[in-house]
Amino acid sequence: MAKIPGKLALHGTVLGAGLLPLGVLLFGALTDRLDANPIEHITHSTGKWAIRLLLLSLAVRPAQRWLGWSWALPLRRTLGLLAFTYACLHFLTWLVLDQFFDWEAILEDVAERRYITMGFAAFLCLVPLAITSTRSWIRRLGRRWISLHRLVYAAAVFAVIHYLWQVKADWLPPAIHAAILAALLAARFRFRTRPVSVAQSPGGS
Amino acid sequence: MLIRQAPEIRSSEITDPGLYFRRREFLRGLAAAGVTASLPAMAGLPGSASAATPALERKLDFRSPGPFATDETWTDRDDATRYNNFYELGTDKGDPKRNAHRLVTEPWKVTIDGEVAKPGTIDLEDLIRPHPLEERIYRLRCVEAWSMVIPWVGFPLGDLLKRFQPTSRAKYVAFESILDPEHLPGQRRNVLDWPYVEGLRIDEAMHELTILAVGMYGAVLPNQNGAPLRLVVPWKYGFKSIKSIVRIRLLETQPPTSWNISAPREYGFYSNVNPAVSHPRWSQKRERRIGEWRKRPTLPFNGYADRVASLYAGMDLNKSF
Repeated sequence: MAKIPGKLALHGTVLGAGLLPLGVLLFGALTDRLDANPIEHITHSTGKWAIRLLLLSLAVRPAQRWLGWSWALPLRRTLGLLAFTYACLHFLTWLVLDQFFDWEAILEDVAERRYITMGFAAFLCLVPLAITSTRSWIRRLGRRWISLHRLVYAAAVFAVIHYLWQVKADWLPPAIHAAILAALLAARFRFRTRPVSVAQSPGGS
Repeated sequence: MLIRQAPEIRSSEITDPGLYFRRREFLRGLAAAGVTASLPAMAGLPGSASAATPALERKLDFRSPGPFATDETWTDRDDATRYNNFYELGTDKGDPKRNAHRLVTEPWKVTIDGEVAKPGTIDLEDLIRPHPLEERIYRLRCVEAWSMVIPWVGFPLGDLLKRFQPTSRAKYVAFESILDPEHLPGQRRNVLDWPYVEGLRIDEAMHELTILAVGMYGAVLPNQNGAPLRLVVPWKYGFKSIKSIVRIRLLETQPPTSWNISAPREYGFYSNVNPAVSHPRWSQKRERRIGEWRKRPTLPFNGYADRVASLYAGMDLNKSF
């Protein structure tokens, strides 16, 4: 029984920390403290946090394998849903505040600006994952749920490319995110291949 | 969104520009006389305006209203001085203001050379002194699809160039910003090829709308806005209006320009504001005026077409973007 309050506290802490950037943003918006271009500020901030939280959710499995953090596994859903929350806010900021429902401009952006196409694709990948994140959907889909949720890799790759393709001159910030994503994917790839290689060479070290 | 006009400046607050730009001579004179130690007690003395006084409190004397003024509402002064692209001071919009103190503007010399009869390197004071200052309230359109309305204080670039007597071979003007990686944090990384360079065709440089600015909002330019001397070409995207100029060269051939070197597909030599030619990654049809929520349509040549379109007669602006 002692485990449950611990779990709740863990989820609560992660949820609270994850919502902190949103709180800062809301506080800034309400007190007129965002910079001179608030719409751009909100767009950039929500976009960056969506990517960071997505990367964090992808870091959980490697953390369990390499550091033995089994307690962290249930956090994947919390982190994933937080990432989706920021992605929604990011998408809505663009749709409503930036374009103000100018459908012609919106369609032109999605079709012709490849970084927006990429961002839109990343967002679309996240939608079914968020919808099927409940316990009943996990039960209903069974093994297919696991296959479906591999979409998270596509979402993360698309999201980081979306970030990279907007760069005017300074590649460093998106490059750091890309490097982290590459490391996380490489770590996974190693887990997959390791048991196989062990099986193939039982006498190996 | 609060948009206010700059406060009216009482004439008692205005520093004579000649005196302001001769302030170092003035200070040297004071030092020689052994009175420097008592300077703080002489606050309010125009000559004592120094780095300790914020630029925006150092008022200038200038003709106002100047010519070609737009009657649109000025961009809030705080916004115009905290939302800047000045990569020498950092790539975030807020970095230039945060790092403004790292730009050392005193002493400041400008070299004018190349195809001129009278080349030379002269102190900023001597460069500016012969030119009466005037206010130019211009729209500023950034290539990133935001815009401002800024009351600059400056003088026509053409008047300055004439003083140095361009030769008949002078077809282009090349500008160079300060190179000081020791102080400028942005120049420690090769985000762009330093120093920042820009260029104009000679007819663009001699055009009546093209000015060198030394101030904005009635006062000396803050460092983050390109102190102490910057170009303002209102019908071109903002990055053409090079900041913190140390060299002006007249040339027979078209000079390289920083953003064109960095991404030739995205930034051309001309970079005239043109809603019909998209940046490869975003539309230039509309812009967000800083301080407004809804976007507004972008005008050809940033609304200065009647004065400058003739400069480009016969050119394909889709190719010469």
